[in-house]
Amino acid sequence: MGNINHVCFRNFDLDQPWTFEAYENMGGYKAWRKILRGELTREFVLEEMKASELRGRGGAGFPTGLKWSFLNPNAPGQKYVVCNSDEGEPGTCKDRDILRYNPHQVIEGMAIAGFVMGATVGYNYIRGEFYEPIERFEIALQEAKAAGLIGLELKDTKVAFDLHTHIGAGAYICGEETALLESLEGKKGYPRFKPPFPANFGLYGQPTTVNNTESFASVPIILEKGSKWFSEQGIPNNGGTKIFCVSGHVNKPGNYEVPLGMPFSELLELAGGVRDGNKLKAVIPGGSSAPILTADVMMKIDMDFDSLAKAGSMLGSGAVIVMDETTCMVKVLSRLAHFYDEESCGQCTPCREGTGWVSRIVHRILHGDGKPDDLDLLDNVAANMIGRTICVLADALAMPVQSFIRCFREEFEYFIEHGKSMVEGN
Amino acid sequence: MKIEIEIDGKKLQVEQNSMIIEAADNAGITVPRFCYHKKLSIAANCRMCLVDVEKSRKPLPACATPVTEGMVVRTRSKLALEAQKSVMEFLLVNHPLDCPICDQGGQCELQDIALGYGADASRYDQGKRSVADKNLGSLIATDMTRCIHCTRCVRFGTEIAGITEMGSIGRGESTEIGTYVEKSLSSEMSANIIDLCPVGALTNKPFRFRARAWEVLQARGVSAHDCVGSNLHIHHRRNKIMRVVPKENEAINETWISDRDRFSCEGLHSEDRVTTPMIKRHGQWEQVDWQTALHVAVEGLQTIAQTQSPSHIGALASSNATLEELYLLQKLMRGIGTNNVDHRVRQSDFHYQQATALMPTLPVAIADIEQQDLIIYIGGHPQFEQPLINHRIRKARDNGATVIMINPVDLKHNFDVSDKLIVANPLLPRALTAICRALSEQNPDAKTSAQELLQSVTADDKHQQLAKQLLAADNSLILLGAIAQHHQQGGLLHGLATLMASLGNSRVGLLTPGANATGAWFAGAIPHRGPAGLNVAKPGLDVKRMWESQLPAYLLLNLEPEHDCANSQRALKALHNADLVICVTPYKTAAMEQYADVILPMAPFTETSGTFINIEGKWQSFTAAVTAQGESRPAWKVLRVLGNLLELDGFNYVASTEITDELQALTANINSDQQINKWRYPSQLPAVNNGIERITYWPIYRSDNVVRRSVPLQNTPISDAPVIAMSQTLAEELTLKAGEDVVVSQVDTSITLPVKIDNRIAGNVVYIPAGFAETAALYESFGSVNIERK
Ligand SMILES: Cc1cc2nc3c(=O)[nH]c(=O)nc-3n(C[C@H](O)[C@H](O)[C@H](O)COP(=O)(O)O)c2cc1C
Ligand code: SF4
Ligand code: FES
Repeated sequence: MGNINHVCFRNFDLDQPWTFEAYENMGGYKAWRKILRGELTREFVLEEMKASELRGRGGAGFPTGLKWSFLNPNAPGQKYVVCNSDEGEPGTCKDRDILRYNPHQVIEGMAIAGFVMGATVGYNYIRGEFYEPIERFEIALQEAKAAGLIGLELKDTKVAFDLHTHIGAGAYICGEETALLESLEGKKGYPRFKPPFPANFGLYGQPTTVNNTESFASVPIILEKGSKWFSEQGIPNNGGTKIFCVSGHVNKPGNYEVPLGMPFSELLELAGGVRDGNKLKAVIPGGSSAPILTADVMMKIDMDFDSLAKAGSMLGSGAVIVMDETTCMVKVLSRLAHFYDEESCGQCTPCREGTGWVSRIVHRILHGDGKPDDLDLLDNVAANMIGRTICVLADALAMPVQSFIRCFREEFEYFIEHGKSMVEGN
Repeated sequence: MKIEIEIDGKKLQVEQNSMIIEAADNAGITVPRFCYHKKLSIAANCRMCLVDVEKSRKPLPACATPVTEGMVVRTRSKLALEAQKSVMEFLLVNHPLDCPICDQGGQCELQDIALGYGADASRYDQGKRSVADKNLGSLIATDMTRCIHCTRCVRFGTEIAGITEMGSIGRGESTEIGTYVEKSLSSEMSANIIDLCPVGALTNKPFRFRARAWEVLQARGVSAHDCVGSNLHIHHRRNKIMRVVPKENEAINETWISDRDRFSCEGLHSEDRVTTPMIKRHGQWEQVDWQTALHVAVEGLQTIAQTQSPSHIGALASSNATLEELYLLQKLMRGIGTNNVDHRVRQSDFHYQQATALMPTLPVAIADIEQQDLIIYIGGHPQFEQPLINHRIRKARDNGATVIMINPVDLKHNFDVSDKLIVANPLLPRALTAICRALSEQNPDAKTSAQELLQSVTADDKHQQLAKQLLAADNSLILLGAIAQHHQQGGLLHGLATLMASLGNSRVGLLTPGANATGAWFAGAIPHRGPAGLNVAKPGLDVKRMWESQLPAYLLLNLEPEHDCANSQRALKALHNADLVICVTPYKTAAMEQYADVILPMAPFTETSGTFINIEGKWQSFTAAVTAQGESRPAWKVLRVLGNLLELDGFNYVASTEITDELQALTANINSDQQINKWRYPSQLPAVNNGIERITYWPIYRSDNVVRRSVPLQNTPISDAPVIAMSQTLAEELTLKAGEDVVVSQVDTSITLPVKIDNRIAGNVVYIPAGFAETAALYESFGSVNIERK
């Protein structure tokens, strides 16, 4: 674990930090109790959320406060908050640790969100392969209910918030928020066409807000310590700390919660540097859907939403995949393409047919059967997949494909020409 | 409200909440599409309709993007065309492109759009997906490798057929469309997915490899199997019907037809079609020329008319006969001096025939059924009687209407019934009377002449509650199905429904059997009124009395009494005993060969011109799609010649349209001086017998002579078998078990049928299908039966 844990991982030094007791001792549920006592208004909390500059941790980096303002808490009818703990993005493993070590903070964050948006019911959609995290979360939820903090009829308060755990069944696409809602409704996880957005037509057709686990877990602290404190943890427009899941060719892979805007070089240092004293070759900075960046770009970049976007990639889910000089990029892309080919829901034509096509082209290059025109074809097929589908799974393969070709064209050309990798040992 | 948008430089006023594709369609601007269909929900999954919308970086799907004021759309800009072409390329990645061996070739949306948006050569050069075919039953062939996953078929099931049988399984490239567990489709409109499927994945199974799309000629037709009058396109090649597809008519069948309308044509060429006139001489059938056969028929009729009396001749027609045929039949009968003509062959009760309207029509247009707030459906199964009326009822339900079923059998419907009253069949009149009583209590202002009758029953909470719902509705409709009409007190039930309507500020409509019952009434094919309701001095015999009177001569038009009539055994007896039976018929049956003396082969509906009047009163004329097979002739010609030979006046028609015109002229002097709706209610309900009663129904695919011969329809899961169904309680009382053969007897005959347990049947009632050789030997279709273990 890293050493600058302020927000989601703030309790990591404690013994059994996941218990209700540990969470309360640390100051947990303070904000929620204030709300239950009627000491905080919706407007105040919403303003604090906006001022905190918290941006969604699920991938798109959408300002959370702004998202919450799309729901009218006074509109009649049931409203829902949904926590996205599906964590399927390759390289990402942060929500899993939040649920394992700090589940109460997610519960409190969701409850606060429910209060702000007038949603009395919440669901936490947890990736089905998570065993321990599901168990921890469920126990924490029972504790919170037993403590009279969660439920539809709480004592001495007009505020109500009930929460349920839902276990996914292993489809990456169910992390996409509208597919998640379909799945939650018991249907096949097909993303919905938007508009209407979940804020208008969400779970069971009711206004709904979906946020990532890490986003929710960041909320209680914003109210405890103030939005100013939170935003100052990061840099302007990128408030707070962010958990980076550093994997790949580093000496100390793991989850590191650090201030947004930290230079990549520092993060790499935290993770013990590149293994075996090897040279850094490239980094996928935000989960497998993020375009790859070369070492020289990475060593100059700060890890925040805006800097990465400017460099042509994205912060995404914060999964940082580090690759050293021994890495064959054709192999990496082939593995990535295979993932998206497997996980496309099959609803939209460009995605259903494109992911397979791309995957088969990269596959044949990797097996020495590449053709001279394959790179242009690949680039063009990828271009045709971008921006033409219901959700962005297609883009999530197409953009990396284009970035791999852009950054490592020679390596691909070499493979096509010689039928083997340019990188020794591959 | 209308707003202004611009598509391809054209300024358009469009409906505010519409999608770009609707606006484009209305303006005649083509946007390619696969998943979009105006009758289905929006899926936006094929991405073929991507268009360029100003202010959007990305191309947007026209089918799912709502119009906004001032929106500027380009359907053929560089951005749009690039997107459309790329989607086309993706669609063809895994499509087999096996057009030369695909039935859809030449009428394929994928092929058509590929012509406009596809590249000459494919850039895809790797292996293609292949998908195992599914067995969807006897009507629909599958080639699932061709499927492009538009999900139209899936949405059709859920949204239109009201039964989710198809779905998509698997994900990504392994997505397959299928039925989850292999099964034959059981919707009565299932085959519409053949038309919906934009590729050759789902095709017409009987038609498979019969003809290429460009070889067939298309004729317009009208369904001959129910009173909806669905519009058809009949495809034929070299004078043979190849297949039937829907012809869109928003007011009647929208874009759909029932499977019965589509596949009945498979029965047209069955082996028992008669294509030469035949006469029986010394007990032997002989094929003869028309002249000979007509001569025998005319001589026979003349002899009986002269030696006995014209009133010793009876004529019975199917309600699937055309308006022109029915008109000539009654003209012929009245010409020789008798009013013995009728088409109400399934009806058992004729008591109130003078009270009914000039002809049965719905009080609202078919399309307006959707707009009702409340529909009470009495006695029958709309889904299997008039599938497309049922579809409108289902839509009404979707629109929030209350739909109440009053039935002796708690039949399954493809929509959620709001409320129901299930009563044993003999108690149906009592139930309606009780509702009327509740209505008159709740609505004391309404006058009725039936007070005495109403006082003879009590209304319980349920009746009161139904009455309340009816009174609360602004737009309500009471419909009578086949069971109500064919019931032993069918006339009374009709009267009680009329009373319900008048006390409940509602309206009544009959959903009549066959395609042209309304036309038959108008044409005067009834014993008590002439054409257009003309008074007749002395009513002739109704169907029931024609059989009971055991007349010396019968003239049958397009009818197989053993399968088509209420009291089939009584009919058979009468026919066997008659001196002369003339059948004008497209087919012969084994029984017919016994009882008939002359068989005059007639052209079925695809081989003749004619007119049907549907249940909303719409006249729909059609011409022959193909010429009559062999020596068979359109029945109007046969009747005309019979008229000529009988030296009757007014039989000099050259074309059937002259008959239509003559009838059309009669609409001007419709007899309005009928005693219409002057119901004289009894003071008490008839006594109910305590024994076991029989209900007869005609299964959807046993409804008429053509349908019964369509093998693919017979092989569907909804084609019922001849069984005797009863509740568990009744079975236990009779110590019978499911599957056991029992002897069912009426009067002096008995048959053997296997027992089926069906707890939806109320009371001491058994449910027996008609239209089968196995059940033809029974007498009254509604009446007491005896059941004994074998
Ligand atoms: C294919 C796909 C997979 C996704 N998977 C996840 C996921 O596993 N977890 C997650 O929080 N968000 C995921 N997202 C993003 C969600 O759709 C959504 O934007 C997010 O949950 C919103 O939360 P936030 O605003 O807190 O970031 C995914 C998006 C796509 C297109
Ligand atoms: S079978 Fe035909 S209608 Fe059904 S999804 Fe496939 S292409 Fe569409
Ligand atoms: S027709 Fe619009 S996406 Fe298929």
